[in-house]
Amino acid sequence: MSILVYVEHHEGEPVKGALGVLSKAAQLDDEVTALVVGSGVEPLAESVGKHGAARVLVADDPSLEAALPQPRVDVLARLVTERGFGTVLFAATVLTADVAAGLAARLEAGLNWDLVDFTLEGGSLVGKRAALGDSVLVDVGWTSEPRLALVRSGTFEPVANGGQAEVERVPVELEEWSTRTAMVEQAHEERAGPSIEDADVIVAGGRGLGSPDKFGMLEDLAKALGGAVAATRAVVDAGWYPYATQVGQTGRSVAPKLYVACGISGAIQHKVGMQGSGTIVAINKDPNAPIFEYSDLAVVGDIHEIVPRLTDLVRQQRGA
Amino acid sequence: MLAPVKVAVCMKEVPAAAAPKRIDPGTKRLDRSVEGALNDFDTHALEEALRLKDSAAETEVVVVSMAPERASESLRKALAMGADRVVLVSDEAAAGSDLVATTAVLAAALERESPDLTLFGQQAGDADGAVLWAAIADRLRLPMISQAASLELQDGKVRSKRQTEFGYDVLEAPLPCVVAVSDAINDPRYPSLKGIMGAKKKPQDVVSLADLGVEPGRAGEAGSRTAVLALAEPPSRGDSRRIEDDGGSAATEILSYLTERKLL
Repeated sequence: MSILVYVEHHEGEPVKGALGVLSKAAQLDDEVTALVVGSGVEPLAESVGKHGAARVLVADDPSLEAALPQPRVDVLARLVTERGFGTVLFAATVLTADVAAGLAARLEAGLNWDLVDFTLEGGSLVGKRAALGDSVLVDVGWTSEPRLALVRSGTFEPVANGGQAEVERVPVELEEWSTRTAMVEQAHEERAGPSIEDADVIVAGGRGLGSPDKFGMLEDLAKALGGAVAATRAVVDAGWYPYATQVGQTGRSVAPKLYVACGISGAIQHKVGMQGSGTIVAINKDPNAPIFEYSDLAVVGDIHEIVPRLTDLVRQQRGA
Repeated sequence: MLAPVKVAVCMKEVPAAAAPKRIDPGTKRLDRSVEGALNDFDTHALEEALRLKDSAAETEVVVVSMAPERASESLRKALAMGADRVVLVSDEAAAGSDLVATTAVLAAALERESPDLTLFGQQAGDADGAVLWAAIADRLRLPMISQAASLELQDGKVRSKRQTEFGYDVLEAPLPCVVAVSDAINDPRYPSLKGIMGAKKKPQDVVSLADLGVEPGRAGEAGSRTAVLALAEPPSRGDSRRIEDDGGSAATEILSYLTERKLL
């Protein structure tokens, strides 16, 4: 069935979601190929190989330095056509969604998105997609090859099996029109402590906090629980907390064992970034907050009363 | 003063917020017989187009949509907000189109208009899709910027901040180009009374696939490359519990909940 997994990277590391998709694909097929596109990216091939790729194709060229989608479509379109990959998988990010959609148009190929799982049924690939605010689970398929899929980020954990991949450089030839968008300035990441993607416990705050200084209260709770603090887009936009902690569609996707949402209404934009969490506890004074629809424990109440008390109780219990 | 441009805004009709949303088990498509409304995300794209028009009056704003003909009710709101006209591609043969089929049709409609700037909202409120613009840009062979949290038009170029997982990039693309804006970019205006009255007189051009020269085989289910195979109930998150706090008492309950589940 010849699967190609597109592996996005950032600051010299493959992104976790892409390695997760690769690991999952390797369970279905032991001849999975991975593709890394960028400038100076050949060193990434080793880590990619450890996560289940039998072969790693590397498109390494200075013209691919900027994280822009259209040149990546050129590279993929040529490879998929020439080598006849039947399936191309992407872990969804802002960049890969654009790459996958561009590739779909270029190759007249079917694209299914927001997959939360994929399996082989009678030799055919079937995707599972959660739709309508996760109220329906839809089995989706493809009527022709290649089959393109965007997997919801944070869905699969990377599994390092210690394998070693055969690495092959592939030629890069770009269309004139696809290089017309220019990166004037690339985002520089400000990191505040450990990445929220690796935390087992996340305490997240939204507009319901009322003011930026209230994040101190969340930091105390996170520290007591041994976790990290995250924020919604609304409060990051308002300058209350650093960008690197933003959870949601345009931020990070996280799947900790425990997610404590404090004063977060739970708009779809936030939900897509944290719905994979193990246990979701939400505290909000609005009994109709959408976040309660997907929480395991819905607490209607004032975070300013509850959070400090909870922190004390956790400290006492842990100290005991 | 900005040079006048022609701006196309691609807008979708989705079920109204209050309408029940369901997938019809027979057709396996979203039930669109309920009350419709403009996709909220797309109104941010329209607002951005109207701001360009505010600063250069000769700017023309054309709304392009693909939907059953009754969507013209919802699209009138776009005219009331200030768009000049609507092109509505309406054809039974287009029903059930997936990404490849939808973009084959929309690209043909856009090609006919040949705008300097084509704008999209950041996603569809019903299908959660965030993929249309990249496919359209590829079909039209135009440069593209997505997740634009700002948009400036100067010297024939668009400059935008693109919001990604890692922060804001600054991107630049020459016209003609395709830009998908994030909903953080602006607060869409409300239609004025004058706008609402005037909207009835503005043209809504309903076109068919034949008018666009799109073969029926490229649209609808015939032109699609994906299929919905089955529908199922999602696995439940398990027993969801709800507690009401009384002066901070919930803290104790949260603690025992976390302890029971061995999360401490």
